[in-house]
Amino acid sequence: MIHSLFIINSTGDVFLEKHWKSVVNKSICDYFFEAQSRQTNPEDVPPVIATPHHYLINIYRSSLYFVAVVTTEVPPLFVIEFLHRICDTFEDYFSDCNETILKEHFVIVYELLDEMLDNGFPLAVESNVLKELIKPPNFLRTITDTVTGKSTGVSATLPTGQLSNIPWRRTGVKYTNNEAYFDVIEEIDAIIDKSGTTVIAEIQGYIDCLIKLSGMPDLTLSFVNPRLLDDVSFHPCVRFKRWEAEKILSFVPPDGHFRMMSYHIGTNNMVAIPVYLRHNISFREGGGGRFEVTIGPKQTMGKPVENVVLEVPFPKSVLNVTLTCSQGKNSFDPVSKLMTWDVGKIDPSKLPNIKGNITLQTGVPIPESNPTITVMFTIQQMAVSGLKVNRLDMYGEKYKPFKGVKYITRAGKFQVRT
Amino acid sequence: MTDSKYFTTTKKGEIFELKAELNSDKKEKKKEAVKKVIASMTVGKDVSALFADVVNCMQTDNLELKKLVYLYLMNYAKTQPDVAIISVNTFVRDCEDPNPLIRALAVRTMGCIRVDKITEYLCEPLRKCLKDEDPYVRKTAAVCVAKLHDINAQLVEDQGFLDALKDLLSDSNPMVVANAVAAISEILETSDSAQSSLEMNSNTINKLLTALNECTEWGQVFILDSISNYNPKDDKEAQSICERVTPRLAHANAAVVLSAVKVIMKYMEILDINSDTVTMLVKKLSPPLVTLLSAEPEIQYVALRNINLIVQKRPDILKTEMKVFFVKYNDPIYVKLEKLDIMIRLTNQGNIAQVLAELKEYAAEVDVDFVRKSVRAIGRCAIKVEQAAERCVGTLLDLIQTKVNYVVQEAIVVIKDIFRKYPNKYESIIATLCENLDTLDEPEARASMIWIIGEYAERIDNADELLESFLEGFQDENTQVQLQLLTAIVKLFLKRPTDTQELVQQVLSLATQDSDNPDLRDRGYIYWRLLSTDPAAAKEVVLAEKPLISEETDLIEPTLLDELICHIASLASVYHKPPNAFVEGRGTLRRSLPRNQSGEAPLGETAAAAPAAPVQQPTVIPGVDSLIGDLLDMDLGGPTPYQQQQMMSQMPQSAPAAQPQGAIDLLGEGLDNLLGGGGGGLDALGGLSDIFGSVSQSSFYTPPQEVWLPANKGKGLELTGTFARRNKQIFMELTFTNKAMQPMLGFAIQFNKNSFGLQPASPLQIQSPLPPNQSASASLPLNTQGQVQKMEPLTTIQVAIKNNIGVFYYSCHVPMHVLFVEEGEMDKKDFLASWKEIPAQNEVQSTISNVQHNADTVSQKLRNNNVFTIAKRNVEGQDMLYQSLSLTNGIRVLAELKIQPGMSNFTLSLKSRVQDICPAIQQAFDGILHN
Repeated sequence: MIHSLFIINSTGDVFLEKHWKSVVNKSICDYFFEAQSRQTNPEDVPPVIATPHHYLINIYRSSLYFVAVVTTEVPPLFVIEFLHRICDTFEDYFSDCNETILKEHFVIVYELLDEMLDNGFPLAVESNVLKELIKPPNFLRTITDTVTGKSTGVSATLPTGQLSNIPWRRTGVKYTNNEAYFDVIEEIDAIIDKSGTTVIAEIQGYIDCLIKLSGMPDLTLSFVNPRLLDDVSFHPCVRFKRWEAEKILSFVPPDGHFRMMSYHIGTNNMVAIPVYLRHNISFREGGGGRFEVTIGPKQTMGKPVENVVLEVPFPKSVLNVTLTCSQGKNSFDPVSKLMTWDVGKIDPSKLPNIKGNITLQTGVPIPESNPTITVMFTIQQMAVSGLKVNRLDMYGEKYKPFKGVKYITRAGKFQVRT
Repeated sequence: MTDSKYFTTTKKGEIFELKAELNSDKKEKKKEAVKKVIASMTVGKDVSALFADVVNCMQTDNLELKKLVYLYLMNYAKTQPDVAIISVNTFVRDCEDPNPLIRALAVRTMGCIRVDKITEYLCEPLRKCLKDEDPYVRKTAAVCVAKLHDINAQLVEDQGFLDALKDLLSDSNPMVVANAVAAISEILETSDSAQSSLEMNSNTINKLLTALNECTEWGQVFILDSISNYNPKDDKEAQSICERVTPRLAHANAAVVLSAVKVIMKYMEILDINSDTVTMLVKKLSPPLVTLLSAEPEIQYVALRNINLIVQKRPDILKTEMKVFFVKYNDPIYVKLEKLDIMIRLTNQGNIAQVLAELKEYAAEVDVDFVRKSVRAIGRCAIKVEQAAERCVGTLLDLIQTKVNYVVQEAIVVIKDIFRKYPNKYESIIATLCENLDTLDEPEARASMIWIIGEYAERIDNADELLESFLEGFQDENTQVQLQLLTAIVKLFLKRPTDTQELVQQVLSLATQDSDNPDLRDRGYIYWRLLSTDPAAAKEVVLAEKPLISEETDLIEPTLLDELICHIASLASVYHKPPNAFVEGRGTLRRSLPRNQSGEAPLGETAAAAPAAPVQQPTVIPGVDSLIGDLLDMDLGGPTPYQQQQMMSQMPQSAPAAQPQGAIDLLGEGLDNLLGGGGGGLDALGGLSDIFGSVSQSSFYTPPQEVWLPANKGKGLELTGTFARRNKQIFMELTFTNKAMQPMLGFAIQFNKNSFGLQPASPLQIQSPLPPNQSASASLPLNTQGQVQKMEPLTTIQVAIKNNIGVFYYSCHVPMHVLFVEEGEMDKKDFLASWKEIPAQNEVQSTISNVQHNADTVSQKLRNNNVFTIAKRNVEGQDMLYQSLSLTNGIRVLAELKIQPGMSNFTLSLKSRVQDICPAIQQAFDGILHN
């Protein structure tokens, strides 16, 4: 399975290595650097690289490369998923995952890696189990440690969740306020072509939960319109049989934050597009061009469109842009040629607009194609698919929990070709 | 207080200081020191000098300190094996600690100390831990077996740990089961000897399926992979396993999903294709695959590589999901390229308009590789969907107008393919293409353009000027371009002989005299000879109608595809190569798809019976990329065996007839002079005719080819063949004739078990694709190392032939004499002794009638076929020949042949310990003597 792990920063330093079997020399990373040097964008490095004796499977996250070394025929997805899980765990423990933070919590990182894999096999991966084994750093603990002079980051007892049938939940959870929050988040992935026609639109949905319930609650969640969901993936806690039979989510939840399910509403359904762009971008011979974009709301069921941001990756031959916008802020990065317009909220009575001139480098041919604009937005209190939670029931415990459901629609990969 | 302080030491005597701290009496100081040591270790500093000091800290009841020391031990034990031994006692003691966490930690660390000397001390504690009351310890111990196996496989097998591991498969705790499965699969990965003791049966599979529902996601991956290696008994079992696996398709972990897809894809092969179950499964597979495409790009990449295989095997699964493969402009390049590939596979008449609009969009992007592939994709669409060809050509012309250099070059390469597919349809655009001649600087684009000019020379007024302009820099061109230029000019000459003589002479002399490249010279000489002997034949050969190119390019060869389907979700599926082609030191065990048994019994048998038979080498059908090479070959007709044969047969006949009349008129003085004066050229020509003329005759008796597979049974494939023996090797001589309307490709052959263990010694090598109405022959070398099973009659061999159309079976008889080995001659004494030793009831007599030879010719003939005459006697006017022969499997046969002068009937007596083979030997004698 996973033989070794190297973490490499953006300047190409291997700042952490961990070996679960025999030691693999750091020089193996040269193959990775070679592949990296062939690409201009850091995210274009192929995820699987073959070397004469090993395979390097890597992911790119938070400007770091996590490179796993394997020697035998293993499922690459297994390794990729696991690397992402390692990152998730670091983020969970240190609230972020970058070089400084990892170095700062170096011993914990090492302990975590050691606990998560044994001989390359996943050992304890569930956040609650890990947290019982290795306590996450916190301010209070640091203080007590310095005062009392001992640090007990490592627990001496076996975590309870480790072997139960529900490894994701520990026993003996206690809260004074019992609460359960559900966020129904839907992301619209879309490509809109020049004329405003939808080329492809699909919805990637998630139900993220924050559960603070005492004891061993057994929950059921039902939907008004479950028939919308035909392509779903569940957290291991969800009982698949009940879903298949009754279209009800029945589960004993993990404690705290977790993603209960994700679903996909495909291209074969109609997806309402909440915003539209009017654009006029042209390049002229002689080193210049015009740029004008207006954004407006479309099908939003009366809800306001907020946190709107437009990103325009201009062609490399663009030298500068001078733009003025009717609201928000815009900026242009002359190195990456990326123009960002932070629009804010769309007021339907006064549509946000940006316009101005483009300056091209002298002597280069005019770009043959216009940039593709990425749009980001958020709409509160609306699930674009129309999915609605019907009710939440709790069994197994006596208290009455506080329940809340929130709907959010936002842009996923929302691209407008111009 | 952060851990970064451990990294910051600037003083010189760092190691020395640490040593002092490690030996300090204060516990806290000790711990801090160990932390510093580990920090140094992880950034790659060598702290192995502190080994003894760190190990001394091990005897503590502080779990954190213990863990840190264990970490250190794992890293450095290898370099300090002698000191590591002192740690053994602590491990043994820790394995009996009341705290299960410590027991587990000890057993875990033990396995990570990769020192041979230590391993034997660890067997006892490990055995105890495998039976520990706490499942946490058991599951850790299971993994430890795999670790130990990695260090010392023999020890693990001798100590019976494999059985213990197998017992854990029935453990009550699903986590333990999952880890046992993981350990087993890792052991199987490296060891062949463990195979037998760890084989799965339907009972264990059942246990695994139960554990599947309850174990962790990672365990599920191991279990699913294990299940996918199991071959179910019948379709009922396969169906029930599929039903229990399908819920995994809705798992959030992509690795679980893809492993479940693998199990289902494999087991579907067994199920009846028309059954409801299959329809249902196909329906269920599509959504999870689509979902994988909204995950992280790395996951998308692996998913896309696998989807590429899945849509080739079962195009139904994603046929309506074309749009999810549309490219987003900020996808990583590796995702973009894969998506494009799958888009083309899914293109059909219904969605072509959308696809084309997308491709045009992509062709305007910035990334050069992606743009090139998009342009190529447009060409592939044109070839695939005839109705859209015109629109595709239009799009390509638009792209050429952009004058972006690499777009134009790529467009010209694909347009050449379109011309091949739809001859005489789009030639109106040639003028536009010619405008861009000067900008082409890549060999492939130049070669394609030259091909187009040569092919349509009669419609391009200034074709000669254009080609001449290329000729100026002939020496500096790439071989591909040179070959193409040679062919194009010869074509031009044949089409417009009047004004292009000089040009053709120029190119022929450039190719034959000024070039060192053997391919180019050979082709030059062949053209030269063709032109000078028989221009009509030259026309027929050079301007022959070209077979149409097939619609689907880049397809993976079917046997390889089937094997890769068994490896979905693994590295093999990412590389599209079988694992033994790239993973080092792997056994040759290859997986094959199970088959639906209903009505296809022989196939199942062949597949199961001959696991060792070499499957055809993974040759990928040449894609568009290599089509140009293909084209060159076909223009000439040289390198393909069939056409070469054809040319050979044409040349000797036509040469004498044509020489006096045609050639000189046509070629005029210049070439004639060249032919006469240029000594080098003439010599070489002489050499050529030699090659064509003499074919050495072997005296070995090779029966005439017979029809083994008639065209009506082979769906258009007719197969004739025979057996021969050359240079101590048995060959199966095959002639494939394609009587169907479409080209055939992907040929492979497999033998069933047979009496003599005959099997192909190398993969079938045959011209592929085989165009309609053509035949190709192949010599398949055989060896006798295959599996043996007695057939009735003895000489029967059952063969399966496979191509892109289907799998066909036939049986044929191997003539016994090809199995006679060259070493069959016996000493006289031995012969006499053996003759006496074999009981008389083993003697079989028969008559060979109608032979017109005397004893000497008979003896010579038989000798040529490895029947050795040991002695000859004349008894009462009759010639008695005593002969011996030996078969490949070591069976000896003694023979007495009675020849009466003037009589055409011979009497043959055979003596062998194995009587069964006598009839076949008689037949062989009969065949040889009547030849």
